[in-house]
Amino acid sequence: MREFSFDAVVVGGGAAGMAAALALDSRGRTVALVDREAGLGGILLQCIHNGFGLIEFDEELSGPEFAERIEEGVRKSRIEAFCAATVIDLEAAGEEKTLVCVSSSLGILRLKCRVVVLAMGCRERNRGNIRIPGTRPAGVFTAGLAQRLVNIEGYLPGRDIVIIGSGDIGLIMARRMSWVGCEVHAVVEILPYPSGLTRNIVQCLHDFDIPLYLSHLTTRIYGRDRVEGVEVTPLENGALVPAKAFEIPCDTVLLSVGLVPENELSKKAGIDINPATNGPAVDSTMMTNLGGVFACGNVLHVHDLVDFVVEESRRAGGYAADWLDGQRPKAEARVKIGANVRYVSPGRVDLARENKIYLRSLVVKNDATLEVRLDKALVRSIRKNHVQPSEMISLELKPGELGAGSSRAEPVVEISIR
Amino acid sequence: MSPSREGIEGRFDVAVIGAGVSGACIARRLSAYELRVALIEKEEDVSFGVSKANSGIVHGGFHHNKKYLKARLEVQGGMMFDRLKAELDFPFVRCGIVVAAMHDDELRGIGQLYSQGVENGAIGIEMCSRERLLELEPRLSPDCVGGLYAPGGGIIEPYRFVFSLVESARKNGVVLFTGWKLVSAAREELAWRLRSSDGRIVEASYVVNAAGLHADDVSRAFGAEDFRIQGRKGEYYLLDRLTKAKPDRVVFPVPSASSKGMLVIPTVEGTVLLGPTATSTDDKEDFATSRVELETILRSAKNLVPAISESDVITSFAGIRSVLGEDFYIDVSGKAPALIQVAGIQSPGLTASPAIGEYVKDLLKKAGLRLVEKADWDPFVDKVPRAKDLTPFELDEFVKADPAFGNIVCRCERVTEAEIVAAIRRGHTTLDGIKYFTRAQMGRCQGGFCTYRILKIIMRETGMAWDEITKRGEGSRVLGGEL
Ligand SMILES: Cc1cc2nc3c(=O)[nH]c(=O)nc-3n(C[C@H](O)[C@H](O)[C@H](O)COP(=O)(O)OP(=O)(O)OC[C@H]3O[C@@H](n4cnc5c(N)ncnc54)[C@H](O)[C@@H]3O)c2cc1C
Ligand SMILES: Cc1cc2nc3c(=O)[nH]c(=O)nc-3n(C[C@H](O)[C@H](O)[C@H](O)COP(=O)(O)OP(=O)(O)OC[C@H]3O[C@@H](n4cnc5c(N)ncnc54)[C@H](O)[C@@H]3O)c2cc1C
Repeated sequence: MREFSFDAVVVGGGAAGMAAALALDSRGRTVALVDREAGLGGILLQCIHNGFGLIEFDEELSGPEFAERIEEGVRKSRIEAFCAATVIDLEAAGEEKTLVCVSSSLGILRLKCRVVVLAMGCRERNRGNIRIPGTRPAGVFTAGLAQRLVNIEGYLPGRDIVIIGSGDIGLIMARRMSWVGCEVHAVVEILPYPSGLTRNIVQCLHDFDIPLYLSHLTTRIYGRDRVEGVEVTPLENGALVPAKAFEIPCDTVLLSVGLVPENELSKKAGIDINPATNGPAVDSTMMTNLGGVFACGNVLHVHDLVDFVVEESRRAGGYAADWLDGQRPKAEARVKIGANVRYVSPGRVDLARENKIYLRSLVVKNDATLEVRLDKALVRSIRKNHVQPSEMISLELKPGELGAGSSRAEPVVEISIR
Repeated sequence: MSPSREGIEGRFDVAVIGAGVSGACIARRLSAYELRVALIEKEEDVSFGVSKANSGIVHGGFHHNKKYLKARLEVQGGMMFDRLKAELDFPFVRCGIVVAAMHDDELRGIGQLYSQGVENGAIGIEMCSRERLLELEPRLSPDCVGGLYAPGGGIIEPYRFVFSLVESARKNGVVLFTGWKLVSAAREELAWRLRSSDGRIVEASYVVNAAGLHADDVSRAFGAEDFRIQGRKGEYYLLDRLTKAKPDRVVFPVPSASSKGMLVIPTVEGTVLLGPTATSTDDKEDFATSRVELETILRSAKNLVPAISESDVITSFAGIRSVLGEDFYIDVSGKAPALIQVAGIQSPGLTASPAIGEYVKDLLKKAGLRLVEKADWDPFVDKVPRAKDLTPFELDEFVKADPAFGNIVCRCERVTEAEIVAAIRRGHTTLDGIKYFTRAQMGRCQGGFCTYRILKIIMRETGMAWDEITKRGEGSRVLGGEL
């Protein structure tokens, strides 16, 4: 069994992991970057469509191009990348941490370090998670798996397609499948509004005349050996109307019904999970309840834009370097989730410095106001033309804005949408 | 097997029709004798019938009255599992069974089960106070009022059991035919001439009909007894291994007249199974689940174990019981010569199966088959190392010997490439076959991550093209085209 020591080990070599590793490297720390795939880049590598990098690079790149830009930095750095190595355990004994990895070429690998950055990304929710009854034939895929098959392996999952859920991956796949000559018969969404980005609704559905059924539930999958169709039932005032159910014949069902941060490793290591995000509960520096273990990117909360992932992860890497330098948060306040807010990440802010927070709305609303309160007093209000759950909101809070701090022993910053 | 004379694929002393747990136990038992035995299965792989979708419980010997053959075989079969496990290396744990009464009026039912168990000779069975029951199973609802404990009950991975039985049978000379659906049979001189749907022929002096749900069709093909197997569907929910609702023992409610009720089952592999329901069905191919039934399961299961949460659900499935009256029908046919009927093998068929193997061997002897023990019968199969069960030190050694042990293909169940290859080399080349052998695709992501990797390994190992790979045989092609 081989053993190596580093100042920091980053688990996951997607956009988040690479950005965090680069930040640590730039602070003169020795860093290992571990990914179970054969190369770095993560989920970006299968996203061959455009729409990445508008914020980060001020141009529109494909996923692999975006990944390549960041990877170039990694290659020039002193970061040691271990690819085709899966981390199976995180052991923490006080300050010292050990990551146990399995790899074909190196066998079992033990990486010792003081800082760990978790950047394992997320996985897709599946049929079982949303409990669609019916038969269990071949031809039911998650949209991401279908994307992988088409874009990387060169195979079609099927020919006549129904997409369940209007998440971004499903929308992108609706267009992708149309491009390769498949028939996309419908996108079926249980909510009254789409869960993907508006630009994707326009570019991927409208431009291809693909019907979007909002407030419709997929109530059954048909077909003994291979999918033969789905039954779709409308919802009116929150109740199913079986009398209006109809069938859409198809040979393939793609599911785009949400992503879940991939935290099995974290849970096993005793890291607390925030039920609102399904990611680790973190402080203002994105550190988990295990001192020296940080989290960023989709493993922390599901992002819609990789640009935000990189921004957040770069900061997480910086905070991790600060922690190694002995710095600790000075004046932390708990963030309280106010009206109409689904979650806020991170769950703490440091009143003594600038903070950047990401949040999601619980509602679809025009002319909304984002309100920030410190110990119940309104300290900031921001106008938003439009908010919706699928579009993440970013918010910067400067120390001045939060007053000189708080007189309370346990200050609370509340964020709400009106 | 290459056809010898006019398309005849082989001549055998015994042909067993159906490679479910019954047929597999019978074939393996017969493999101990100097006999040529064929095991014939219509599906692409073994255990793809009723034996793959059930509760996976080795029952405690108290549910049925001993006037029934099934009750006697249950007790006998249940006791054979420890030895079988040592020989055949399949997942099995005697975790014990509790039956929980939720009202005082259910306590009478508990008393009856207890007396029945004692009469049947179920070992260690015990009546429990509420406190004792909660001590045995702390996740039970605090509303329970008392119950029963059967320490001999256990849990098993049914398909792995069948796979091991068949592997052992083949190791000892049994010839397996898959994708071979029997459609007709003719008696010629002293042997049966069996014909498959695609015109292949196998000859056998004796035939065992262990065709599960289709045992009625098979019986008719022999001109034997005319009976009808009724299907009774049971639906299930499966919960992720990280659920907080995993009991230490199998939890039963007090049974009703028609069914054992809906259970909470900790599977051997760490997940939790809820179900089954019980509804009659005339379509024996209808394995669909329905919203109504699934909601019933959740409600009823939460009644027993309140910590159950729908957010832990990772999949649902259904199995169909083969019902023929109240009991198993295992006997020498009164109408067709040299035919043994093994029909109506409903619950506790899995538990009873090792005893069914013995019982059928004796029936064959009675019907005139000469049994001479093999001197070199080998009851053991080679163990397949599972990365999930190895310590890091052990795994490190395995990787040195075979780097494929270092490639984790299925992350949820931690299955390595080496295990996938082992499955394929043992003949499991469908996605479902590989799933049942290795557990890859069975965890929380249900194949979202590993399916494409498995497809690539199948292509590499077998040389199959994309359009030859199926989920579970003909008609279930996985991919729709090539770019
Ligand atoms: C289909 C799709 C379309 C998208 N479209 C856009 C878009 O148009 N524009 C945009 O800006 N953003 C888009 N995004 C979002 C953006 O791509 C992602 O949010 C971002 O790439 C996530 O980065 P990450 O590093 O957090 O996760 P990932 O890229 O998922 O990286 C996680 C890495 O961790 C590795 N890993 C996990 N567990 C382990 C372990 N135990 N051991 C070793 N390695 C491990 C994984 O192999 C993976 O490489 C899209 C995302 C998807 C999925
Ligand atoms: C919901 C449910 C829960 C259960 N739970 C339990 C439990 O917890 N414990 C327990 O002990 N028992 C349980 N049982 C019962 C147990 O699963 C069955 O008794 C057992 O699996 C029956 O096995 P079998 O080999 O007789 O039938 P099968 O497994 O159905 O095997 C018959 C085989 O014959 C093949 N076949 C059919 N026709 C032909 C043909 N013409 N040519 C070739 N092959 C053919 C089929 O493809 C099939 O593979 C349960 C059953 C159900 C449905």
